[in-house]
Amino acid sequence: MSNLPFITLLTLLPLVGGGVLIAFGRVQAAQARRLALGVSAGALALVLAMMIMFEPGSGVLQFVQRLDWVPALGVQYFVGADGLGLLMLLLTALVVPMAVLASNRITERAHLYFALVLFLEAGLFGTFTAQNFFHWFLFWELSLVPAFFLIKLWGGPERGPAATQFFIYTMVGSVAMLLSFLAIFLATGQFNFPELAELSRQGRLGASLASKLTWAGLSPETVRFLVFGGVFLGLAVKVPVMPFHTWLPTAYAEAPTPVTMLLTGVMSKMGVYGFLRILVPLFPAELRALMTPLLVLAVLTIVAGAAAAFAQRDLKRMLAYSSINHLGYCLLGIFAVVKFTANTPALVTEKAAVLNGVLLQMFNHGLTAATLFGFVGLLEQRSGGRRGLDDFGGLRMVAPVFAGLMGIAVFASLGLPGLNGFVGEFLIFKGAFPLATWATAVAALGLLITAVFLLTLLQRVFQGPLNPQWAQFPDLSTRERWLFGPAVALMFVVGVGPQILIRLFNATALHWVTRLLS
Amino acid sequence: MLAWTIYLSFLGAGLLTLLPRNRAAAARWLALLTALAGLAAAVAGTVQFPGGAGATTLIKTRWIPPLHIQYFLAADGISVTLVLLTGIAAVAGILFSWNIEHRAKEFFAFYLALIGGVYGVFLSFDLFLLFVFYEIAIIPKYFIIAIWGSTRREYGAMKLALYSFVGSAMVLVGMIAAYVVAGHLTGRYTFDLTALAQVHFPAGFQRWAFPLVFVGFGILAGLWPFHTWAPTGHVAAPTAASMLLAGVVMKLGAYGCLRVAMTLFPAGVMMWRTEIAALAVIGIVYGAMVALVQRDFKFVIGYSSVSHMGFVLLGLMTLNQIGLDGAVLQMFSHGILAGLLFAVVGRMVYDRTHTRDLGELETMGLSHALPFAAATFVLAALASMGLPGFSGFVAELQVLIGAWSAFPTAGVCAGIGIVIGVAYLLRAVQRAFFAEGAEKPGKAAAPELPPISWPERLGAGLLLLASLVVGLYPQVLLNLIAPSVTSLLETMRKGGAL
Amino acid sequence: MSGFDYLDLLSLLAPETILVVASLAVLVVDLGFMRAQPLPARWLAGGVVTGLGGLLAILWLVNVQVQANVAEGILVVDALTQLVKTVLVAMLLFTAAISLRATFTEQVGEYFCLLTLATVGMMFMVSSEDVLMIFVALELTSLSLYILTAFNQQNRAPAEAGLKYFLFGGMAAAFTLFGLSLVYGLTEATNLRDIAAQLHGKTLDPLFTVALVMVVMGFGFKIAAVPFHLWAPDAYQGAPTPSAALIASGSKVASFFVFAKVMALGFAGAEGSGAGRQFAPGWVPVLATLSVASMLLGNLAAIAQTSVKRLLAYSAIAHAGYMLLGLLAMSDPARRADGMAALVYYATTYGLTTIGAFGVVGVVERNGGETLEHFAGLSRRSPLAAVCLMVFLLSLAGIPPLAGFFGKFYLFTAAAGAGAGSLGLIWLVILAIAMSAVSLYYYLQVLKRAFVAPLPEGVPPFAASPIESLALGALALAVIVLGALPMLLLGALVEAVKTVGF
Repeated sequence: MSNLPFITLLTLLPLVGGGVLIAFGRVQAAQARRLALGVSAGALALVLAMMIMFEPGSGVLQFVQRLDWVPALGVQYFVGADGLGLLMLLLTALVVPMAVLASNRITERAHLYFALVLFLEAGLFGTFTAQNFFHWFLFWELSLVPAFFLIKLWGGPERGPAATQFFIYTMVGSVAMLLSFLAIFLATGQFNFPELAELSRQGRLGASLASKLTWAGLSPETVRFLVFGGVFLGLAVKVPVMPFHTWLPTAYAEAPTPVTMLLTGVMSKMGVYGFLRILVPLFPAELRALMTPLLVLAVLTIVAGAAAAFAQRDLKRMLAYSSINHLGYCLLGIFAVVKFTANTPALVTEKAAVLNGVLLQMFNHGLTAATLFGFVGLLEQRSGGRRGLDDFGGLRMVAPVFAGLMGIAVFASLGLPGLNGFVGEFLIFKGAFPLATWATAVAALGLLITAVFLLTLLQRVFQGPLNPQWAQFPDLSTRERWLFGPAVALMFVVGVGPQILIRLFNATALHWVTRLLS
Repeated sequence: MLAWTIYLSFLGAGLLTLLPRNRAAAARWLALLTALAGLAAAVAGTVQFPGGAGATTLIKTRWIPPLHIQYFLAADGISVTLVLLTGIAAVAGILFSWNIEHRAKEFFAFYLALIGGVYGVFLSFDLFLLFVFYEIAIIPKYFIIAIWGSTRREYGAMKLALYSFVGSAMVLVGMIAAYVVAGHLTGRYTFDLTALAQVHFPAGFQRWAFPLVFVGFGILAGLWPFHTWAPTGHVAAPTAASMLLAGVVMKLGAYGCLRVAMTLFPAGVMMWRTEIAALAVIGIVYGAMVALVQRDFKFVIGYSSVSHMGFVLLGLMTLNQIGLDGAVLQMFSHGILAGLLFAVVGRMVYDRTHTRDLGELETMGLSHALPFAAATFVLAALASMGLPGFSGFVAELQVLIGAWSAFPTAGVCAGIGIVIGVAYLLRAVQRAFFAEGAEKPGKAAAPELPPISWPERLGAGLLLLASLVVGLYPQVLLNLIAPSVTSLLETMRKGGAL
Repeated sequence: MSGFDYLDLLSLLAPETILVVASLAVLVVDLGFMRAQPLPARWLAGGVVTGLGGLLAILWLVNVQVQANVAEGILVVDALTQLVKTVLVAMLLFTAAISLRATFTEQVGEYFCLLTLATVGMMFMVSSEDVLMIFVALELTSLSLYILTAFNQQNRAPAEAGLKYFLFGGMAAAFTLFGLSLVYGLTEATNLRDIAAQLHGKTLDPLFTVALVMVVMGFGFKIAAVPFHLWAPDAYQGAPTPSAALIASGSKVASFFVFAKVMALGFAGAEGSGAGRQFAPGWVPVLATLSVASMLLGNLAAIAQTSVKRLLAYSAIAHAGYMLLGLLAMSDPARRADGMAALVYYATTYGLTTIGAFGVVGVVERNGGETLEHFAGLSRRSPLAAVCLMVFLLSLAGIPPLAGFFGKFYLFTAAAGAGAGSLGLIWLVILAIAMSAVSLYYYLQVLKRAFVAPLPEGVPPFAASPIESLALGALALAVIVLGALPMLLLGALVEAVKTVGF
């Protein structure tokens, strides 16, 4: 059983599903949705099976497959999943069916729509399991295309510029990353992430870069920093790190809501994943050298993101900026961990705890944000397209279940203890405080502002006098309860018993801290 | 087997001239069968190809002893790759010309003669024979554009013919000079490429002979600033001719640069390497920037060809294994993709809408009216941008790696060129197919356009499949290309390069 | 001359004799029997008789191998001269074939007689190595050609052309004779090889330079090189098409051959050098100048022409420039054989191509006119004529795989190799190649009319006689075959040149 090529199957399944949808042309929207749902459910089943078979105790890659692909270029079909990878696979497999279920309003060219969603899922699976740069880049770019078209064809009034901006921004970053990796390949002849990480650990990566790339009289340090910069840029655009974030609010706002669920739920994690999988193992020294500016950027992302969210009137934009803010916490955690090289047992546990927090935050935010956007999408549908903060009022009187579930999701996003958001943020802040004190302190501002605007959201939308327009506001239908109920339940489960997830990747985190960050 | 590609094409051309006039259907089918036979011969030849370094001789007989000219056909991995490209492009071109009614048999006769000439260039290892085939290809091009072309066709055709002829005149001078000097140096007069490659020409001679021959071939390859025939010519040409021109004929030039100029004059390469690399990079960026501001859809693709050929030329100048591998792979990849792009613009869109102006196309809602065309163009554009999974990515990757080690600044500029490429292709996609203005007025306003016919679908499918296969499994071509490149580099090193 | 057997002489001169007999026979047949017949029949009869004579002559030339040198160079018969003579007779035959539907004159017999006599003159010219004999033969040829040019008495232009040709030619002949007499005065010899022996070792004195220039003038006129070309455009345009064809083909072959012999054999040692940085006085720089001027003027003037015949005339001037390169190659003893072979090959194929081109022009002229406009839509009116025209014009432009390309290539390679691999004449080769590129433009203009331009309204259907079509087709085929397999001609040529000991 464990010899089955799980990852290959997992990646192929949505690809085949999407291909079938395209090939069979115009089918009813409902049929297309059902097929997409079936495929994504199948993917979820596969991921759950993988979770069962996963050995939590080892921190190394499992489900590995390795074949030569283009030997001349050091390109291999090299896939594997460790704790981080598995976590991301789980997140993807959960969010995609949610998005599919939420897409009941998509009727035009539905087969194309769902095919693109499935292609996007395949791209995400591929990115999260790739261990060779070529393969990874292939799926990284591949996930861009369906996202672009999903925004472009089914989005809101400003979808054209939003989609273009999204595509071009990410492409520029990708090209920079590509150029840097080509330089790395030139210097080391290696495209495989684990091998490169090993080289870096032995301190040989920097030396290779310096010796093999003698450019126009630049000093070896400069060369290393340039290469680092390229990779950083590519990933920073994706996270996004401020100030490379300007594509995000428009894209999130203009995309159709189910697509925004995907964008914020999973695609945004690609950037952080990239930091963890690539940037940190390969360039710890450079990260350390640039620690202060990086921490500043992380804090900026957190605080400015929250502040900008506070200033928004459009709910989707508000949540978009809030996403930026939440991902900033992940960055804060990562940078704090990289900062120190000493490896006393106490420090190891601290760092591992922070990393656990980061990973947990990635999952939690994915789940929570997707759910929140789903709710906003419902608001939009029921109100005929309106999603302003001041458009609603007192909805809890007519739609109590809606208000209740959304309220829980909002509190999860806030970080209320007992819900999932709290655990991740707590671990990050607790661990980061001794490692990067002032940054953590300032970042706490972000928590504060987040609390303010989220509570404002709840108050304006659900509390207060009932806006007479919405007297007929329907409550959650059965289908919607089946969609959001489990998600909210999961928030409780993870909030109360985060061990079920942490046990998956704790070993990986420890492994990193001891082997890669020493 | 490979030599049959040449003979079959000319045979087909000859048979076509004998057909009675006004039998367009018969002409089409005959042409298609010939092209398919050629492709089959190419594939069979590839499969039978023993591989490894060095060229496999197909036929070598005395032809004109007083000038030591031989009828010498041979193939190495590079030749085989390009022969395959020609085969695929030829079949696709005929499929996309299925609707030609006016003087059909003459069109296909010229077309097949052109293909035959191109096959001949890729398989010739005697310099004289290579030149003969190279020139044979010029005249059919002129007539195809002048008779069946569109915008300013007579001007475009004449410009193309004269530019090509001037380029080949330059090559002729270099060729004769090389023959004379080699004979004088070694006492052995020959036009055999492999023999001439062993001759150590004096440095002073190479200093002017190399740029002369390289630029002579480079004109046809779209070397900046000698590229100006290309946009005019491509736009004036009918679709199949544009596909061939951008797809295959420009590769003739690049192939000549590699096989003749660089192999014969390795020391000369070293002297002019930086300048030519600079020109190549300028071509990449300039082509992309000009494409960004075009109003005519076909001009966008025409300038995009100049930009992509810049990658080939840059790869050639890197003089390392990966860069040259990438250059040859890019020749194949761009050949396929350019053909596809021109096919969509010319055959699918222009033949139906009778306009290539992006402003007018914006109002037509083509993604609804012509969904197949839209999808094909999107895929082709993505491939052209260098999206992984398609052939362009691997090729550009290799060229960039090669450039990194030889000319780092060139690598960065090429990267910029890629980004601009994304921009202009996205712009073209948006304006031509997915423009906002037409979406809401709705499908009632979309013009009734004839659906995409089955030959077009076949052609598009063939080209896309080729690009995908090579993109996902590039070893299939790299296995052919790499050993030949290694042996070429060896020869060049012995001659003084690097 | 003692010890001379006239029977031997006759057998050596059998081809010429056959042709003379044929020319007289044509006169007899036409004036005697065919006076009352309609014009086409008379042309056919004349053509048949000429054709028979020519075929017989060719058969003799091909099958009978003789080698002789009579009276110290007055008559030289060897493999090379026999080959060139075969070519000349073949050109006569093709010229006769394309003249069969002519309507420009009633004097059919006289016409064929003169054609044949001109050819005989050329044959004598070719097989002589004595300057006196060369001059006599030159005059025989020229006189016949003058009359042939002015043969059309129906309008003024041919008469004017003929007169120009005559006056010019006469003056050129005078200069040639004067130059040759100076040479005799300096060397006391009329045989080319003796002349060379006498000049050997002597420095170039002014009198000899004058003699050289005058001889060059004379021959330059014959080959229509600049600046002795002024007769050519008018003569080509005004003369009846078959006459123009013979002037452009046979006369060129013979003249160049003799010119080459005179310069390379007679004035060997006085070459000088035309190499890039090593200029030295002699006949090489003189001819190089002629070549440059001819190529430049011929090609550039042709661009502006609207009359196709005039275009072909300027193109002929340009081609004279190219052919001079072969002559220049012969200045290097190591390259002499190559140069001669290249020259003869090029002149032959050029001649055949030109006859074909004039043939097509003649047919189009009969069906309308000979300006560019009259060629519009030719490919639809008469596909055969158009395709033949394409073959001929592209061969003139130097497009492979046609004979013109290989001829040019051979010429250029021979010239480039002259001077012991020093690439001395490469500048001339570069210019020649560049001018070839220019020439493609105006040839394409004609072909553009024929193939691309739409068919004009109300154009009468096309009429070409079967023999004409056959001849044109055969010529086109020959051009293609000789281009793809040049050894068919070149093999014999190179052999002949070798046996002669160039």
